[in-house]
Amino acid sequence: MRIPLSWLAEYVDLPTDEVAVVEQALIGLGVEVEDIHRLDAGMSGPIVLGRVAHIEELSQFKKPIRYCRVDIGGEDLQGIVCGAMNFAVDDLVVVALPGSELPGGFAISARTTYDHVSDGMICSARELGLGEDHAGIMVLPADPDARPGTDARLALGLTDPVLELSLTPDRGDLLSVRGLARELGLGLGVASTDPAAVDQPAWDGAVGHEVRVADPAGCPRFTGLVLTGLDPEAPSPAWLTRRLTQAGIRSVSLPVDVTNFVMVELGQPMHAFDLDTVHGPIVVRRAEAGERLTTLDGVDRALVGGRDLLITDDSGPIGLAAVMGGLGTEISATTHRVFLEAAHWDPATVSRTARGHGLFSEAAQRFERFVDPALTVPAIARAAALLVEYAGAEVDGGLVDLDERPPRPEVRIDAGLPARISGVDYPASTVRSVLESLGARVVEGEGAELVITPPSWRADLSEPHDVVEEVVRLTGYEAVPSVLPTAPAGRGLTAAQRHRRSIARTLADLGYVESPAYPFVGDADFDALGLVESDPRRNTQRLANPISDAEPLLRTTMLPGLLKSLRRNLGRGQRDVALFEVGRLAVPRTERTNAPIPGTRAQPSAEDLAAIDAALPAQPWALALVSAGAYEQSGWWGPGRPADWSDLLAALEAAGRAANAQLRARKAAIEPWHPGRCAELVVEVDGVDVVVGHAGELHPGVLAALELPAGACAAELDLDRLPVAPVPEAAAISAFPPVRLDVAVVVATDVPAGEVFDALRAGAGELLEDLRLFDVYTGAQVPDGAKSLAFALDLRAPDRTLTVEEATTARDSALAEAGRRVGARLRS
Amino acid sequence: MSGANDSYDPKQVAILAPEALEAALTEAERDFAAAGDLAALAAVRPAHLGDRAPVPSARRELGALPPAARADAGKRVNATRGALERAYAARLAALTEERDARVLIDEAVDVTLPVARRLPGARHPLSVVAEDMVDVFLAMGYEVAEGPEVEGEWFCFDALNIGADHPSRSLMDTFFVDPPDSGVVLRPHTSSVQARAMLTRTPPMYVVAPGRTFRTDELDATHTPVFSQIEGLAIDHGLTMGHLRGTLDHLARAMFGPEARTRWRPHYFAFTEPSAEFDVWFPEHRDGPQWVEWGGCGVVNPRVLRACGVDTDTFTGFAFGMGIERTLQFRHGVRDMRDMVEGDVRFARGLGVGT
Repeated sequence: MRIPLSWLAEYVDLPTDEVAVVEQALIGLGVEVEDIHRLDAGMSGPIVLGRVAHIEELSQFKKPIRYCRVDIGGEDLQGIVCGAMNFAVDDLVVVALPGSELPGGFAISARTTYDHVSDGMICSARELGLGEDHAGIMVLPADPDARPGTDARLALGLTDPVLELSLTPDRGDLLSVRGLARELGLGLGVASTDPAAVDQPAWDGAVGHEVRVADPAGCPRFTGLVLTGLDPEAPSPAWLTRRLTQAGIRSVSLPVDVTNFVMVELGQPMHAFDLDTVHGPIVVRRAEAGERLTTLDGVDRALVGGRDLLITDDSGPIGLAAVMGGLGTEISATTHRVFLEAAHWDPATVSRTARGHGLFSEAAQRFERFVDPALTVPAIARAAALLVEYAGAEVDGGLVDLDERPPRPEVRIDAGLPARISGVDYPASTVRSVLESLGARVVEGEGAELVITPPSWRADLSEPHDVVEEVVRLTGYEAVPSVLPTAPAGRGLTAAQRHRRSIARTLADLGYVESPAYPFVGDADFDALGLVESDPRRNTQRLANPISDAEPLLRTTMLPGLLKSLRRNLGRGQRDVALFEVGRLAVPRTERTNAPIPGTRAQPSAEDLAAIDAALPAQPWALALVSAGAYEQSGWWGPGRPADWSDLLAALEAAGRAANAQLRARKAAIEPWHPGRCAELVVEVDGVDVVVGHAGELHPGVLAALELPAGACAAELDLDRLPVAPVPEAAAISAFPPVRLDVAVVVATDVPAGEVFDALRAGAGELLEDLRLFDVYTGAQVPDGAKSLAFALDLRAPDRTLTVEEATTARDSALAEAGRRVGARLRS
Repeated sequence: MSGANDSYDPKQVAILAPEALEAALTEAERDFAAAGDLAALAAVRPAHLGDRAPVPSARRELGALPPAARADAGKRVNATRGALERAYAARLAALTEERDARVLIDEAVDVTLPVARRLPGARHPLSVVAEDMVDVFLAMGYEVAEGPEVEGEWFCFDALNIGADHPSRSLMDTFFVDPPDSGVVLRPHTSSVQARAMLTRTPPMYVVAPGRTFRTDELDATHTPVFSQIEGLAIDHGLTMGHLRGTLDHLARAMFGPEARTRWRPHYFAFTEPSAEFDVWFPEHRDGPQWVEWGGCGVVNPRVLRACGVDTDTFTGFAFGMGIERTLQFRHGVRDMRDMVEGDVRFARGLGVGT
């Protein structure tokens, strides 16, 4: 909202004209000052009022051109060429003289054009930076007192600072000069006057037009007055258009300008109907299904039955209540009789209607926040007085005032509550005086209780905490002391939280860069990964309003996002990239249900809470890794080494260790991995192997689809399936010497080394301290279809030096077990 | 002296003569000194200390002397031999030291060569900032509370006193899971975790909840639809706004140094009353020390406490929240929000380690 400082100054005794002081006071009150505008920003030099004295139409050119002579207060008239046609002799206009500059660095100089010397320019609103109106030049309201040659900036009020404010949704009363002046008075400790404190004329007699309110809950108060004898030609006075210009509102016609002026000054949106276009009594009611209304903006709208509040006559809807009037009853250039309406509407209804129609008019923005219901009559009085004065109108008949407002409930607080909430020791007298200063009526109840009747304009004061906030706010938040509370001793991070940190740090140490991606994916992502229709990862939760229609799904795998980051990095010139993410997936439940919404009022039942949880997808924590290019760089030490499947497995093993989990790899074949270079990671839980993730080189088809370099790898791990490791028991550290035996076994090529490992380990028994594979060989020394695996066994006893016989027995037993399980035999 | 006993072999007599011994020692010392390295020293050693060398072999001649002369000559020979061996050992030590010094020089490397075989990894700066903040709260006794990112509407709105008609509860601002009446949204703030914490924990409770949040903004230099917040909630006997300020001031000092502090501006939030937005005095700002908008805070609205099962007669609470992106932005002078979300390794490497 834009409010010129000079308008506020009419109603509050500002101690200074320094706008910074006002700005600080507003900030301290909780009103955000987004900007301070000067409407003459960008203007310099002679920009003056001019009165058009003579117009010569030049018709010899492709388009009509006018050579005007304009009175700018001097002896001679100023000759100016102008292409606009929307003005006449005697019109008051703004003239930029040679040597002046308009917003946007537009320098004005005398020049010869269309065979005439043009000594300046007659300006449009847009050229002056005052709006988008470029249809013609800006014709100012007729003003016999205006003196040509005076500075147009002063005459138009462009030198006043204009505050652009952002208001919180609870303070509808501040969307007006009235509310801001009162609030500034409180903040600055100075007097303010209420522009709504106007005398109500005696509008006695039969009402000017019959009105019925069929929905008093939606429209607790409706006030109206008929005016006749309006001069439709009567222009808005200069001071009125100046105020509207400053507030960023376009001047339309006198009746409309008056209602807009009253809205900004008092905060009461109004509407003026051309009464000659209204048929029969005005009825306020809810829309019925199928009704339609063309609003002032020319849009034909389907009304929502039971939701939208309407102003209707015998012909049907004539206004979308609180939001926008109807086109059919609009004030026109022939309007002589108007019905002025000022009402109070239910904020929730207005909010729903405005949102439903996407129509956030100035009126709707105020009504949805709450407009003081006491304002309807002062607003009508103010508007009527202006129309009487400037349009020669007369009041016709008595005032309609249908007032069904429920009584305003009191708020009862303990006088000590503000101190207990804030930590500032307010005396009861301070509490009382602060509340009275903002317009509340305060009486003492029993004991230390205060009974507070909030002022009519403050709908936000309904509970004790609301009142407490006012006491603290108006005495200044800076009074609140800074005291550190003593929390009970905490338990630190949970094991899962610690593990996620350790995993992330471990991977960063190994050269992986953390790269959290958006959790949005699309079918194309799954297609690129080669996931078939039945793949469980394609069972997703869809968003109703995704950012991109191409990515409307919540991720069930982190690979698409991470691979996009990989591609982006490669595209930006990185050659060797290794990324990881620790994040959450959204895996739909088998049975999809809607979550109940048990409302704001009370604690939901256990059933409702359980039903909410049952409607949410499972959201396991996951880890994903991707890599492309080199893992080790080439350098003075020798050649580099490409990142391959084994680096990712090693990283996953390290990540597992960081979470106290022992991961083992098994051969697997699953999309999106190369079927011959894919591992599944298993972890033992209660004696059973559980698959917790996959790793390997990406499938060539996936690499092609995603335009990734050959050999790019990926891995994904479900962190929530890693078991919570039991507290391990310390092993005795033997000080006796180990016996190292090397053994090479021959197995079929397709026997996984991991199985040989397992067999040797099982067979060697308790003496085996460490088992290491140090060579894999295929070639002439072993038969076709076989490979040789060379292992080092470290054997050690806890209580003695092993004899050679004991060591060889353990080795032989390991060999025997490997022979039994995987057909291994000793390499000869 | 040799002249005193003419019956002895003149050659033997000659080597045992003091002059001869003296000459042998001088010659050996000259040869040892002339040896430029250990190999040369080893080469001259047999000529002076070998079994056949004059002085060692002189000992064997002693027996031929008459007893009266034998003791005298024996002393002379031993003394000369001792001197000879000391001269050799000294030269050997000197040459060894010379050799060792030369080898260490020869073995020297250029320690300024690049040593990293691998490109460095990094945590994401947003994670680092969030963990830094969490650590401050852990030290104050807080615990880390968690809640789902895909969350029930009730937890995101109603529980926080945000009614059904609130503007933020629309498809224009909040992501809804399809169908729009599913009652499930992507949480627009971490405040939903407050409600979960209150429903599952028993006061007094002091929790902090970092996490991802979602709003339907298009990505640009100042907005991202996926962002992150950190939320704090304390429920205890007699908590006041003063305790809230103390907590935020402490966090500010822990994050930004001893000069940092907070400033409050009254504001409106449905779930707190009184409410404030708070700024932090940030001495290290790249444009000079200044107040920077940081987050929102307030006293938990009793309606929220009641909806989440907290006894409002016994307990009061405060809550606060701030954007992690915003914190990162001013702490490190990040100019463009897109840098935080695009996953460019240069961003994380530049800020993500050890910050």
